[in-house]
Amino acid sequence: QGKFTLLRDTRTDGSFLVHHFLSFYLRAGCKVCFVALLQSFSHYSIVAQKLGVNLAAAKEQGQLVFLEGLKSCLNLLFGEEEEQPGQPSPLQFLSGSRGELRALFDFVRASLAPGAQRSWRGPVLLVDDLSLLLSLGAAPVAVLDFIHYCRACVCCQLQGNVVVLVHSSEDSEDEENELVVNSLCHHSDLILWAEGLATGFCKDVHGQIKIIKRLSLWQAAEQDQVQIYQYKIQDRNVTFFAPGLSAAVL
Amino acid sequence: LVFTEEDKYGLYSNLLFKYFLAEGIVCGHDLFVASAKEHPDNILKELPAPLLDDTYRKELGDEAAVVNSEDFQDSMKIAWRYQNLPKMEASPRSCTKFGHYYDVSKKMPPELCQSVKWHSFYLHEEQCSEPKMKAWNMNSGYARLLQSIQRIISQEGFDGSDPQKKQRNVLRIGIQSLGSVLWGDDVCCSETPEDPHSLTKFLYVLRGLLRKSLSACIITVPSHLIQNKAIMERVTNLSDMVVGLESFIGSERETNPLYKDYHGLVHVHQIPRLNSLICDVSDTKDLAFRLKRKLFTIERLHLPPDLSDTVSRASKQDLAGSAKLLSSGCGAVAVGKKHLDF
Repeated sequence: QGKFTLLRDTRTDGSFLVHHFLSFYLRAGCKVCFVALLQSFSHYSIVAQKLGVNLAAAKEQGQLVFLEGLKSCLNLLFGEEEEQPGQPSPLQFLSGSRGELRALFDFVRASLAPGAQRSWRGPVLLVDDLSLLLSLGAAPVAVLDFIHYCRACVCCQLQGNVVVLVHSSEDSEDEENELVVNSLCHHSDLILWAEGLATGFCKDVHGQIKIIKRLSLWQAAEQDQVQIYQYKIQDRNVTFFAPGLSAAVL
Repeated sequence: LVFTEEDKYGLYSNLLFKYFLAEGIVCGHDLFVASAKEHPDNILKELPAPLLDDTYRKELGDEAAVVNSEDFQDSMKIAWRYQNLPKMEASPRSCTKFGHYYDVSKKMPPELCQSVKWHSFYLHEEQCSEPKMKAWNMNSGYARLLQSIQRIISQEGFDGSDPQKKQRNVLRIGIQSLGSVLWGDDVCCSETPEDPHSLTKFLYVLRGLLRKSLSACIITVPSHLIQNKAIMERVTNLSDMVVGLESFIGSERETNPLYKDYHGLVHVHQIPRLNSLICDVSDTKDLAFRLKRKLFTIERLHLPPDLSDTVSRASKQDLAGSAKLLSSGCGAVAVGKKHLDF
């Protein structure tokens, strides 16, 4: 409860973690607000089906609030008059000149507010992916502010969890992105870092994942606990194993 | 969204662009061609002619037959461990036909061009009439292009908005040399462009349009001119497939004996991972292309055997360096810094 998890990928695609968390929280019965900026609803729906979760049904029952960034952006730019006057689009920052993400935060807060309907277990905010907001013109400080407000609202007030995906790389030239990622790393309770193998491309091992539990945040003398596993992604599943113990080698 | 990084002089990427459009014509898809450099009418006149099935297959069949009969009997004596590996196929077999083949030396007949409906967007001929664009916060050339694409998509019903229309067709969009100075964007000129987000915003909206409709798009970008590498990273994250073409013209590799059969390298930086947890990764990443008199082929890179007596250190280092470049592709799967994979 009340935890901030950072999903980070370097030179590989960490979106399998997003799919995992989405189906995990939906199966656990939590109310999920999913800010999906990168892909369309049908993409997530098809993968979720393979993992055993029906996104359309969850959406209808009110368990899942899905913000499809691509569709929302098109409605904002190409749509005629606003259907609901007084309720700005969550991606309002695209058309304004100030890169503030206030409208997006209001959307998140409204969707996770405890409602009068059937009560679900703790609220969860899932974002895929945060680095995209920088590409769309938001300032790094605005992105950090947005995350800060979300944490205050979801983690502290509502005792829910926040899971965010970012892309990063050690030799990246994108300084704004690195700034946001480093700042988020310092504030996260748990970091899942998916990386490519240091030795290059391999067909049987798709990468390695570092799980960092930030115990140092909560207890003064504690060190962060780091675990490393390697993984292989299959059609319906991801298998994890200790480094060097891939099925292809044994 | 196929994002192609142009080679230095734009020769080969132009060819790839024309192939995409020509395939659209042969399959009966509608076309949308946008450019700020060349008038789309001229582009369409220059498309390669499709090869008729019988003549090409016969040629390919002859070649394959010759190759097969030669090494059918040989069993390896020294490198016998390799005997069990499947035969390397440099060029696609004729039995697995996907798409069509084209003859680069001939132009597509105009009747075939007229058989599909095509739309064009030539930046310098478009009028600036939309007042709404101010709210978009984007380079006006890009904004106009997006509006034009969206208009065609909704008018022609590619987004399924017209339930009356029974025959659903695909729209192939080709955008040439995006990001170059001709579009009014200075991202290729300076390291700190005036509006660094224009290109990425454009790609995001384009991605939304493509996801919403039955269309596919190829974009060529002169990425060697873009000095701000952060933009290239963001652009890679926004595209489904990223392919880079590196031609050997004018570089030291042209005279390198390792590359004598080829005209350039193909770098696959990213492949699409849609609707699934995994993506379709081929087992080799070393691809090179060559332009023969009639055909443009992409093949696996064969390094010729190292038979010369005076092999200099320089070429060995170059080989190691290029091997590192070759294997550091494919952002969807792991990528490493050291060149230990072979």
